[in-house]
Amino acid sequence: MAKQYETVIGLEVHVELATKTKIFCGCSTAFGGEPNTHTCPVCTGMPGSLPVLNKQVLEYAVAVGLATNCQISRYCKFDRKNYFYPDNPQNYQISQLYLPICRNGKVEIETENGKKFIGIHEIHMEEDAGKLIHDEWEDCSLVDYNRSGVPLIEIVSEPDMRSAEEVIAYLEKLRMLIQYLGASDCKLQEGSMRADVNLSVREVGAEEFGTRTEMKNLNSFRAIARAIEGERERQIDLLEEGKKVVQETRRWDDGKGESYAMRSKEDAQDYRYFPDPDLVPIVLDDAFLEKVRAQQPEFREEKMRRYQEEFDIPAYDIEIITGSKHMADIFEATVALGSQPKKVSNWLMGETLRLLKENGQDPEDIRFSPEHLAKLISLVDSKAINGSVAKEVFEQMFAKDVDPEKYVEEKGLKTVNDEGALRKTVEEVIANNPQSVEDYQNGKEKAIGFLVGQTMKAMKGKADPGMVNQLLRELLTK
Amino acid sequence: MELLDMTAVSLAAAIRKKEVTAVEATEAVLSQIEKSEDKYHCYVTVDREGALAKAREIQKKIEAGFEGPLAGVPVAIKDNLCTEGLPTTCSSKILENFVPTFSAQAVLNLQNAGAVILGKTNMDEFAMGSTTETSAFGVTRNPWNPEHVPGGSSGGSAAAVAAKECFYALGSDTGGSIRQPASFCGVVGLKPTYGTVSRYGLVAYGSSLDQIGPLCKDVADCAAIMEIIASHDLKDSTSMKRDDTDFTKALKEDVKGMRIGLPRDYFGEGLDPEVKEAVLKAAEALRDRGALVEEFDLSLVEYAIPTYYTIAAAEASSNLERFDGIKYGYRTENYEGLHNMYKKSRSEGFGPEVKRRIMLGSFVLSSGYYDAYYLKALRVKALIKKAFDEAFAKYDVILGPVAPTTAPKLGESLSDPLKMYLGDIYTISINLAGLPGLSMPCGMDSKGLPIGLQLIGDCFQEKKLIRTAYTYEKARGVFGGKGEEIYGKAI
Repeated sequence: MAKQYETVIGLEVHVELATKTKIFCGCSTAFGGEPNTHTCPVCTGMPGSLPVLNKQVLEYAVAVGLATNCQISRYCKFDRKNYFYPDNPQNYQISQLYLPICRNGKVEIETENGKKFIGIHEIHMEEDAGKLIHDEWEDCSLVDYNRSGVPLIEIVSEPDMRSAEEVIAYLEKLRMLIQYLGASDCKLQEGSMRADVNLSVREVGAEEFGTRTEMKNLNSFRAIARAIEGERERQIDLLEEGKKVVQETRRWDDGKGESYAMRSKEDAQDYRYFPDPDLVPIVLDDAFLEKVRAQQPEFREEKMRRYQEEFDIPAYDIEIITGSKHMADIFEATVALGSQPKKVSNWLMGETLRLLKENGQDPEDIRFSPEHLAKLISLVDSKAINGSVAKEVFEQMFAKDVDPEKYVEEKGLKTVNDEGALRKTVEEVIANNPQSVEDYQNGKEKAIGFLVGQTMKAMKGKADPGMVNQLLRELLTK
Repeated sequence: MELLDMTAVSLAAAIRKKEVTAVEATEAVLSQIEKSEDKYHCYVTVDREGALAKAREIQKKIEAGFEGPLAGVPVAIKDNLCTEGLPTTCSSKILENFVPTFSAQAVLNLQNAGAVILGKTNMDEFAMGSTTETSAFGVTRNPWNPEHVPGGSSGGSAAAVAAKECFYALGSDTGGSIRQPASFCGVVGLKPTYGTVSRYGLVAYGSSLDQIGPLCKDVADCAAIMEIIASHDLKDSTSMKRDDTDFTKALKEDVKGMRIGLPRDYFGEGLDPEVKEAVLKAAEALRDRGALVEEFDLSLVEYAIPTYYTIAAAEASSNLERFDGIKYGYRTENYEGLHNMYKKSRSEGFGPEVKRRIMLGSFVLSSGYYDAYYLKALRVKALIKKAFDEAFAKYDVILGPVAPTTAPKLGESLSDPLKMYLGDIYTISINLAGLPGLSMPCGMDSKGLPIGLQLIGDCFQEKKLIRTAYTYEKARGVFGGKGEEIYGKAI
């Protein structure tokens, strides 16, 4: 009988923090500036420059630590990780090795076998590197230091995961917590959340861990799941052939669906870590921790419970809406403006999700404001526009956050509520469609639908279909 | 009195009284540079035009009512302090063409106070050395005897003050680099308490030990300069907020009841008898003025050198990584690929002493040796600090020599680096403990070279040092012999 293998997985997750400025200088962290425009002597490693810690980074790191049930170090330090590479202007990265800010945490995930805790070994703060651009035409490399010094936290899990599903559940949980904290937008594609997978296999029942590899370049949940499956199979094949797994770093090529070795443990660099003498030790007092604790938001589980009590919307809607802090914020703000929860939920669950899917976007990408959604709902409620016009307006809102009132006004989309004008059109439709009229009068209920459609068409959509229906019946039964 | 013999404070007063202008003072010192620079080579860069333009600007401001204790006085800056628009080389080939985009905070403080910057002074490459001989741009000679070194690493600054090629200078001190050259050149130098002067813009050697400080003609100048350069700087995380930086208030001729300790280990084997005699004579002079002087045992003195060279080299090996030929500074001409470019640029750009310390530092930080060397050194550092804490429970000031000998001859030191490192024995533990230390002349040896006296204080006790030094300066009277070219000789 074939041997049964168990996969053992631990994750190193890098999260880019949503601070306005960099970790050790006042430069902007905004995306998309011209190369080397968000830079200063500090983040370009000029001689004589010195780092000063951005306090917001510390607050975010502690907030994530508290949300993941970590012990917060009352005394921590930054260390230098020394290695030569041009994306790293000082040729050392300021990180934390010896005394990280958070330790010994855990998060709960849902698995097919029920709830499970994944241990957090540590969370540390560090700076991001710049970006190298290899110009093949000119045969040279250029460096852009705009990202150099952008704050990161690295969340190192214990090797507690046993499948790709657990890994995804853990990542989704982390993403949810961090998004709820507002500490990061956690977008894998854009690199604001990056995961390295440490994976080994062992025979079921074995006590010892197998030799692990580290997989890099995973920028979607799908890539992570595929890389885990691929690596598990690769390692099992090696063991089945009587070969050994080599401890190494591998790069996942999602296009080819395979990984290749980047460097083995033997080539591993000696980073010569030591405490950065330019930064003083950080001592956290009770007041600081209390302040961060007091700022902790309502997390998803609490929010779901509250929605169940406060709003009359289906459990499924609650799950989807609270699945994104951003979407939940829009929901609550729109309801606070007086819109009926069920109607708000319908717009989010229906048109919003449809358009997000069409555009390949996440709920975090929703750009319309709660004010505009509330206005749209109120336009429908007051029958100023009908349902199909509302969808058209919503698409504009979704794309450009237009003000629905103004848009309806400018495009002349308001429903004609003047009964005189409507009656005239209905009478014309009746006169022009004798066959349908006859059908209806002979008991074919469906014919009324055709007549409503004809009337709406003649009114260029600007009529309330309910009212048209009523008027038709009234005139036809005379 | 000759203009060039004036101290910085007296020159500033003369400028205020319109007896002389900042422009005249600058012209005088520039012509002195022209006259004697070939002989001593104190400077790496002299900014003649910039200095004159600045002097004219300051003079106008002064006439319009601008006031500053040292306004209009020309100053020289050690070449490891960044100066916007003016080359900052650290006396290294690797930074030969480097022009900073910003100025060090200490330099800005001087400029805001109306200083006229003359240029950048020669130093040991990246401040690594005790003789200014490791400079990539040639040695600086001791004005008292050009066959001898001026000390280091701030040798250019000390020699420039002694040779009257500036009225005062800034230096940096990681293990004695202000105090030892001050001693060798017969001038006053102060290494402040760690964190007193911002390190922002000082090209780092040993970040946890580096401090900027003055080299100057007398103790009153020292206090006045310190008042200007000391500042709490948010750009430097290790900068301290102090509300006791009114150092000139301590210029009092009074040591009555002051408890002065002489560490026996500072007067033992290896100390030149002439140096010992002069330093003990200075202690006697203070005792005569009412100080309580006694000997005591300061432990761990012999561990200071290995501890210092472990920590300073470790920090330096990392601090100097940024010099890689990528962003600025020297890049080798021919290379194949990135790794080869790093290797060749750094091999060609750094001198032997810098390479020695980078290798030493990389070794003590490497995996498997970190605990045995670097971590152990940090523990010894803490013990040294504790030994000083105990000493300062009993004494206000510790008094001793600055260096075991007077200035050695050119070429004598580099051949035996270990011996050169031993020359730092009395100065480095002060950096390890973060303490302030003041060096001032207390006599001459039979070769006609100055001997230095070192006063060491507890953290933040610069005022006690200044008071003691000022009192001793009055007791000592005129320093030096006869001559015209050197400050001190003519007075």
